[in-house]
Amino acid sequence: MIEIESLSRKWKNFSLDNLSLKVESGEYFVILGPTGAGKTLFLELIAGFHSPDSGRVLIDGNEVTHLPPEKHDLVFVYQDYSLFPHMSVKKNIEFGMWMKKIKSEEKLLEVAKDLGITHLLDRHPLKLSGGEKQRVALARALVTNPRILLLDEPLSALDPRTQESARELLLALHKNKKLTVLHITHDQTEARIMADRIAIVMDGKLMQVGVPEEIFEKPVDSRVASFVGFENVLKGKVISADRGLLKIETGNMVIEASGDIEVGNQVYAFLRPENIALSKTSTQSSIRNSLQGIVTDIWILGALVRVKIDCGVILNALITRQSAEEMGILLGVPVYAQFKASSVHVLR
Amino acid sequence: MIFIFSLILLVLFLFIFLTLSNMIFGQILDDFQGLIEATKNKSVIGSILLSLYAGFLATLLAFLLGVPTGYILARFDFPGKRLVESIIDVPVVVPHTVTGIAILTVFGSRGLIGGPLNGYIQFRDAIPGIVIAMLFVSLPYLANSAREGFKSVDPRLENAARSLGAPLWKAFLFVTLPLSARHLLIGAIMTWARAISEFGAVVLIAYYPMIGPTLIYDRFLSYGLSASRPIAVLLILVTLSIFIVIRVLSAGWSIYDRD
Repeated sequence: MIEIESLSRKWKNFSLDNLSLKVESGEYFVILGPTGAGKTLFLELIAGFHSPDSGRVLIDGNEVTHLPPEKHDLVFVYQDYSLFPHMSVKKNIEFGMWMKKIKSEEKLLEVAKDLGITHLLDRHPLKLSGGEKQRVALARALVTNPRILLLDEPLSALDPRTQESARELLLALHKNKKLTVLHITHDQTEARIMADRIAIVMDGKLMQVGVPEEIFEKPVDSRVASFVGFENVLKGKVISADRGLLKIETGNMVIEASGDIEVGNQVYAFLRPENIALSKTSTQSSIRNSLQGIVTDIWILGALVRVKIDCGVILNALITRQSAEEMGILLGVPVYAQFKASSVHVLR
Repeated sequence: MIFIFSLILLVLFLFIFLTLSNMIFGQILDDFQGLIEATKNKSVIGSILLSLYAGFLATLLAFLLGVPTGYILARFDFPGKRLVESIIDVPVVVPHTVTGIAILTVFGSRGLIGGPLNGYIQFRDAIPGIVIAMLFVSLPYLANSAREGFKSVDPRLENAARSLGAPLWKAFLFVTLPLSARHLLIGAIMTWARAISEFGAVVLIAYYPMIGPTLIYDRFLSYGLSASRPIAVLLILVTLSIFIVIRVLSAGWSIYDRD
């Protein structure tokens, strides 16, 4: 468990302001915020690389605010993985064991096997790919038996294909080793599908903490809303797959999406609000999805209007103010939300 | 333009190369006997060895002083940092004889430091004086290259080491220091070379025991060019071969900080 109480720190041209947060043991907690919001500095404060001006950090109930980083009982994994370039992969992994006086070749081999890097042990970090570096960095961290893992943008240095397997790896490690993970990212999708809970940090301030549904459905203000992009995320199950066209059951609805995933898989379907068109009637067209619903919320954002529609699942649509006025979009009005199967992005 | 610049480069190269090689080969071809005799002369060999030894001690002290200094300057910002950095560079620009007078003032038997230490350690006309003079003129090279070396090591590597359980001194010793090894080695070589080549400052505080450059100057004044040249050639051959050996042995060290 990590408890952060009113943590503040001023730098020359940036400050973290009165951050309070509680991360429960075994939780996968994501700190989400735009680039430059101070996420890495926040994580470095928790790890003890900087001292706060005020506030406290408690790890499993023990205050560590002003203790040096080696006494914080957690491992920090940087975005670029920070492998020691003058040591082989094996020596890198042994470094933490050596510092924590763990002498066990079996342990090292076991962790290397878990992470699939046994064949890399004699290699040098400079010659590894991004995904390999990450697995080495995780092995180096996990071999010291940490209970808490701090991950600084762990996926952003990876190509999209590696990202998917890395996501699965992190979630599996979290589950199997009962780790408390504090993961920071600027990627809404990543936060959405990995987090038990999310904290939104912007300009050095904590804006909102909650489970993903809360953050994405009920952003506390327009800044958070515009950052999280009120992307529509539907959790569901593939019930049919035919020539690249998927049918996904979500809530009591079935939506169609293009993709290549086998029947029976749990998936997330992402749909950008600007790809949803609103209509008063369900017209016959090439658009595969047309869901009937009722307008439950309207936000005016300059020339655009964000409309929230309850169709059994909640959808957010972004339309121009002009069409909203012409169509008479008002609270409580029944509408059809329409979107093409090809604008649904499906991830496992 | 590139052609003209290349010609100028050639001129510069020849200026350095001809000056030294003409002296070396002139001595070997015209008066090889003189060179042989110089190698057999105890005071010549003694002075060259003293140069190397005192230069080594000065480099050792410069390392002990320059490494921590370089680390602080590379890692922390504090008020007056610019001033401190400028002052560290001052010995490079002070005329050598001025340095000698300053050193003599402070470390002489009635000086600020030499006075209280008088009776325990003697600087005037003694090896400690030679080492102090050499240290003063050569310290900036080590401090500066240590600073550059530490700057080239990402602080995140230190942070990673510390989060894996290493106290700061272990992170420094096992991560930062090895990764700056090449900068430190080059700094040490420059420091040593600068120390061995010092004459003006050394001669003012310690004419005796004679280091190589002092003996060359002494022979030149007493007996002229033909008596001093063999010693000069011998000194440069010895130092050059040591530098070459160190460079060759350390050729593999550069692979980690080539970013």
